[in-house]
Formats: sequence, C-alpha cells, structure tokens
Amino acid sequence: MSLIVKEAGKAISRADERAPISSLAKSNLRKIFPDHWSFMLGEIALYSFIVLLLTGVYLTIWFKPSMVEVIYHGSYAPLDGIPMSEAYSSTLNISFDVRGGLLIRQIHHWAALFFMASMIVHMFRIFFTGAFRKPRELNWVIGGSMIMIGLLEGFAGYSLPDDLLSGVGVRIVAGIIESIPIVGTYLMFFIFGGQFPGNDFIPRLYTFHVLLVPGILLALVGLHLVLIFYHKHTQYPGAGRTNTNVVGYPLFPVYTAKAGGFFFVVFGITTLIASFVTINPIWAYGPYVPDQVTAGSQPDWYIGFLDGMLRAIPPGWETVIWGHTISWNIFVPGLVMPGVLFTLLLAYPFIEAWVTGDTREHHLLDRPRNQPTRTGLGVMTITFYGVLVINGANDIIAQATSIPFNLITWFTRVGIFVLPPLAFLATRRFCLGLQRRDRELLLHGRESGQILRLPHGEFIEIHTPISDGEKAVILSKVDMPVVEAPPAADENGVATPGIKGKRRRARFSRFYFGDNVATPTRAELEAAAHHAHEEHDHEVEELTEAGKDIPARITD
Amino acid sequence: MSDNHGTDLEVAEHGDTPLFPLPPHHHRITDTDPRAARRAERQVAAMFGLSALCTIGFVVAYVAIPTDTFIALGPIGVLQLSNLVLGLTFGAAILLIGLGAIQWAKKLMADEEIVGERHPLGSPKEDQDAALEAFQTGLAESGFVERKIVRRTLIGALALFPIPLIVVLKDMGPLPEQALLHTIWRKGSRIVVDVTGKPLRPEDLAIGTLVSASPADLAAVQEAEGNQNARAKASIILVRMRPSDIKSQQGDNWDYQGILAFSKICTHVGCPIALYQQRQHSLLCPCHQSTFDLSDSGRVIFGPAARRMPQLPITIDSEGFLVAQSDFQEPVGPSFWERG
Repeated sequence: MSLIVKEAGKAISRADERAPISSLAKSNLRKIFPDHWSFMLGEIALYSFIVLLLTGVYLTIWFKPSMVEVIYHGSYAPLDGIPMSEAYSSTLNISFDVRGGLLIRQIHHWAALFFMASMIVHMFRIFFTGAFRKPRELNWVIGGSMIMIGLLEGFAGYSLPDDLLSGVGVRIVAGIIESIPIVGTYLMFFIFGGQFPGNDFIPRLYTFHVLLVPGILLALVGLHLVLIFYHKHTQYPGAGRTNTNVVGYPLFPVYTAKAGGFFFVVFGITTLIASFVTINPIWAYGPYVPDQVTAGSQPDWYIGFLDGMLRAIPPGWETVIWGHTISWNIFVPGLVMPGVLFTLLLAYPFIEAWVTGDTREHHLLDRPRNQPTRTGLGVMTITFYGVLVINGANDIIAQATSIPFNLITWFTRVGIFVLPPLAFLATRRFCLGLQRRDRELLLHGRESGQILRLPHGEFIEIHTPISDGEKAVILSKVDMPVVEAPPAADENGVATPGIKGKRRRARFSRFYFGDNVATPTRAELEAAAHHAHEEHDHEVEELTEAGKDIPARITD
Repeated sequence: MSDNHGTDLEVAEHGDTPLFPLPPHHHRITDTDPRAARRAERQVAAMFGLSALCTIGFVVAYVAIPTDTFIALGPIGVLQLSNLVLGLTFGAAILLIGLGAIQWAKKLMADEEIVGERHPLGSPKEDQDAALEAFQTGLAESGFVERKIVRRTLIGALALFPIPLIVVLKDMGPLPEQALLHTIWRKGSRIVVDVTGKPLRPEDLAIGTLVSASPADLAAVQEAEGNQNARAKASIILVRMRPSDIKSQQGDNWDYQGILAFSKICTHVGCPIALYQQRQHSLLCPCHQSTFDLSDSGRVIFGPAARRMPQLPITIDSEGFLVAQSDFQEPVGPSFWERG
C-alpha cells in the first residue's frame, strides 16, 4: 500500500513541476457529493452519450454516407439484386457481414433512446425539485439545449441508413421545411441540393451527425459538468443538511467506484438489451424509394410528440394570400409549436425568479409539494406531451385496440386543451393537501392507530411524534411571501411608476404562493409539544385516579 | 403572515446550523463482522473474475460463430446468434465490472457521511474591484473609447466579415425556379404499373382496385438524371369505380370509363399514399392520416392536409393503352410559398 502512495507521490511531483496537479487534487479528490437515486438520471444521460461516441466511431469505420445507387449482393438474401443507396447497403453490411457490427449498431441505437429518455426524466427531476434556481439557471439552459440538440442528432442518426422508414421521415422533414413562409422552398433546395430526395442529403447529414452536432454536444456536456463541479451538487433536505453544507461521500474513493462503476452498469445493460432486443431492423423495411411507404410508419419515441401534433391539425389550415401559400397546418405544429415550447422551457428559471423576486442561492432542493404551482405546471406539461405522444401513435393504438384512429385524433384535438389544465388543478390541489398533512404531522404527530379508552368513556387516538429526520424534511419548506402590488398612487397623489408591471407580478405571486399552507412557527410547534405533553400527563392522571395501571387498548 | 415565521425559515434554509443534527451513523455488518467483510470481498473479486472470463468468451465467440447463424428464442423471436453471444459476453463483462465496483463501494469502502461546507459562489469584493480595474486600465490603454474612427471601422468590418461565409453557401443547391411546378407527365405518356413496368389497358383494372403506377419513361429519366427526383413527384395511383359513383372530378372527362388517376404524393408533407378504403372511395395517408375522397375530386375529408389530391387527366391512346392527357394541372406534393 505504502509503495502505491510513494510511487503516486513521485508521479505527482514530476507532473506538478509541469502543471499544478497537487493544488487541484488537494481540494477535489475528497470533494463531497450527496447521495440520492434521482441524481443518477443525469449520469445515465452522460454515460449513454459516452457509449454513443464510442460505438459511433466504430460505425463510421464501415458506414458509407453515399446515395449512389448500388446493386446489393451481400449476405442478406431477401434483398439480393435489389438496387439501393450505398448508405443502405453498407448498413446491411454492418448488420450481416461485419462480426459484432449488428451489436454495435444496436448498442448505438439503444443508447440514443436512453440518452434522450434519461435527459428528459433528469430535466423533470431538476424542474420538480427547483434545482434550476439561482445559481444554476445557466446549467438549466445548457441542459434544455442539449435535449433540443439531442432530438435533432437522434433524428439525423435515424435517417442515415436511408431505409424505407427513415426515408419517409426525411420526406416529412422536407415537407416541414417547405412550409416555412418566404424562404422555405429555397431552404429545402439548399439543404437537399435541389429537389427531394437528390443525392446530397445523406452525405451532408452525415457530417452534421458525426462532426458538427457531437462537437457541440461535447462542449455543452463539458460546460454542464464544470458548472456542477463548481456549484457543488444540490442536496435534498434532511437532518444535518443546510443550504450551506453538503452531506455525502467523497469523490475518491466512494464516487470514483460508484459513478465509475455505474458507467459500466449503463454500458453493460445497454449491451445486454442490444443483444436480446432487435431495434430498428432496417433490413425488414427495404431501401428507400420515394413512392413507397410502410404502414404504421413511426419515428423514434422522442420525435413522437411532434408527429402527434402534426396529426392533430384539422383539415384546411392553409391560406393563399397575394399568390403565396402559407401552410399553417404544417408550419405551426412542425416549427412554431416546438419553438414556443422550448423557449418557455429554457426561460422558465427566469420567469419564476421574476415572480418570486428571489435572489438568494439555493442548494437545498424543494419538495415538489411545497411548490404547488410549479409542480402543477410541470404535470401540465407532461400531460400535454403525453396527449401528443398518444396521437403520434394513433395508428398503432387503433390497430392494437380497434378504436378508430379518427376518434383518437378527436380525443387529442379536444384533450390537448382540456386535459393539461385539469392536470394542473388536480396536481396543485394534491400538493396543497400534502402540505396540510405535513403541518398536521408536525403539530400533532402521526396517527398511531391505537385507540385509548379513558375512564370516563371517551375514546382518543394516540399520536406518535415524528422523527427529527422527518421534521427536518418538512421544515425545509420556505413560505414564499406573496408580493403585494403597491397602491396606484401614494398619499400625495403621485402615480406609482410601473404600476402595471407590479400588479402583474403581484397576480403571478398570488398564483404561485397565495394558497400555500403556512409552516408552523416555532411558537406553534412549542405550544403543540407542550399541549401533547400535558394531554399525556392528564390521561395518566385520570387513569391513575381510576385505579387502572394499564389502559385498555384497541388496536385497529 | 410571513413575518410570523420568517426567522424560522431563514434558519431552515439559510442558516448555517441545521435545525436537527445529522443522525448517528450505523455500522454495516461488514464493518463489524470480519467474516461478512471477507464474504463481500469474495463477491467483488468473483464479479471481476467472471468479467475477465466473459471477455475471453467474447473473443472465442467472435472467432467461432459466423454471422449467418440464427436462433429462435421463444417469444423474443429469431436472433442472429453471433449478435446474441457477442452481446451477452461483452455486456456481462462490462456489467460485472460495474456491479463489482459498486458492491465494493457499498460494502467495503468507508461509508460515514461527511459534511462539506459550501462557500458563497461569487469572488470576493476586492477581486471584483481588481478585475474591473484591470479591465479599465486595459480599456484606457487600448484607446477603444477615444479612437472613435478605429472603433467604428472595426465594428463595421466585423459585422461584414461573416458575409462570405454565408454567400458561399449559395451553391449548396440550385434555386427552385419552376422545378416544383411540373412533373415528367406529358400528353400521351403511357401509364405503367410501377413494379413491373407493364403498360395498362382499361380492362386490366377491375372496379374497386387500386394500382400504383408511373410514366413509362420514368426509368429512362431516372437513369439520365441519376437520382429519384422524378419518381418523387410523378408517382400516381389508379382507381376504378362505377362511373355513377363519381360525384365530381377536377376536370371534365379526366377519367376514362370510371378509371381515375391521382397523385400518390400526399399534399400534407409528401408521404406516398396507398391505403385505399374501397367502399368509401377514400385514400388514407399512413403518415398522418389525411384522408381524401377520390370520388369527390380528391377532397380532404379528415386529417391535417389542407389541399385536395391533384388528379391526372387520362385517356387511352390509339393502341388502347392508358395515357396521360397532359401533366398535372397543379403542383403535386406539399404546399410551398411560391405555389399560390
């Protein structure tokens, strides 16, 4: 052991003469990270990304990003002699002739699905616990951007094999680009090198997929991690945890082993799934031919909500004005809606900070129930998203359940407006209910289920006080004050400047915090404790007077 | 209401001392029982050892299993044996390293929670001042503020310099011109079955059938152009219905004895359509479920499409084969700005 330390010391001092390694190691080797399962979601995304980079490099060895037509003569017999693009034939080659090629392709595809899924779930964790608050707003924006970019990157990768399924997807994207007013047609011609499908798209998309976007993602991932390191990880409330400390385990050795080990777990599980479950069997779809299509054509799941929105539009949303066509039916769901959605998403920390006027640093996480409006908005967004995902699979659902797809589409058209607000209201109520329960728990303890019969015949239920850990968690709630709007004019009749904005802010503040259940004050807590104590004494007194030592207990 | 418990809250979230102390540490069984610790040690070592065996297994499988062997695996379906075994060995090898490391951390490494302090994130005030001062000094030394003409020309030059980077992109593609307005259909183009290339006579089509078709010269055009652009627009479907079932058409006598030709490219975002609901004479797009009534000028009856399906006027030539009367009278496929 001491030999290792001695050798490490020598190596470090040699390195130290060239870069200040020791100073870095001194403060960071034993850096504390808090422990919670939900902190692993971002890790899954990070590790999936690394798996994607690794397997992606292997795929580039054999993949040929070319739309030149070749006649296939590889080992997949059903497609022998069929003309196809070189991109498709090289993907078949990877799947059937390169040993381990199919495995790498499937790991790559599965990792992409996990990458998107874990990023999105991670984002919801951040949202519901308020981890995006100061000082982490920028990291929220970086994370949200990565989801957006990941979506494009995933779509690009899905399109590269030039199979019939992905080719139809590309056709749809071309149609969406064409719908952009004024510049759409030009943009489409520039991107495709002329008319659809042309011969340029796959090679161009390839550079986008393997160079440009991964480069950007890698830079963002790096920045994201540096900021996490610099900010130190947030932690959940609990006994011993404050806004100014961080309780957990050191980077070396515990997190080196746990997080490092978790990379292998994510990689290993992805590999095992890839060996058992076929994903994107491009050989079954055939090569892309512009006048063919497969029924039940579906994008990868993370594109589903966009497809669902496209499907939900009723007929006829198109305007012809002065000889020009505006395709609202495509432009709005295909570009405007995602644009608005992502803008709101990225802007959310700043919107909430404006409402609360809160400029403090937050390192202790919120419990979702203590922010009923935020939590409601989150569930509302998930509901909105969910309805669209359902509609994105309306044909699949129709086939599986024999509900007509028209009915599912109508459900979406109505549900998209009705269900999210309902989800918001229900969630908000639910959170407020939980707050009330927390207050009860603090003041009166937990119902024990033990009924006590007093000598004079009264039945009471014994309440047991909750633990300090539970108290610490409940008491972490911060009662945000509701901002009141100032009067329109002061006593001298001078109008308050910016009164409209202040009133608007007061309305928002009421919307966010107006219904919150107040956390018990110290005085209330002490009174409750005192009362409980007294009651207990009183009971004992009465029981003793009655000459009974053991109370008659009925346990339910 | 907030004044009542303001102090408590400051303590709860912003105080340095927690309301309640960290609960006492509980020792694990591996901390107190050396036998349990040794057992954990053996478990970890077994996982690492097994991982190494799996890696060797991978190499053996790589050499031994050809890619053309398949195996039926109950409900999972038919799998490539090579993929399955390579994945199992490699996946297990990686997974076991991960599980071993985590087990090691959980059972054997110190697990007492450590409290670290957070410090305010900002730089100290004197650093902020020093930084601002350094910036001021640099700014003054550069003369960026006083030398207006230098500043303005620099800003101008920087604003213009990306222009070449954008201009060069111009040659990414040709301009649209008239390209989207026409297809290769001409007066007299023979209609052939798109799979076989066989020309069609009216009697080849029974009532209620749908046939995917294309112009006879499509293959030659594709050969000459070296791409599939012509196919992406010229593809059509032929349907035959009782002439009495036809409610309306896009032009007079554009059918031939109840045979109607429509574009196959959806007017929504361009998917090829081939799902025909015979009884309603409706054509359903598999991508977004736009539905067109072919007996009524191809109008949209459901789904997100805004435009009817363009109809191709057809007739027969002197030899009795189905031919186009002309090109489509309107652009096919998705709408675009210049379409009008």
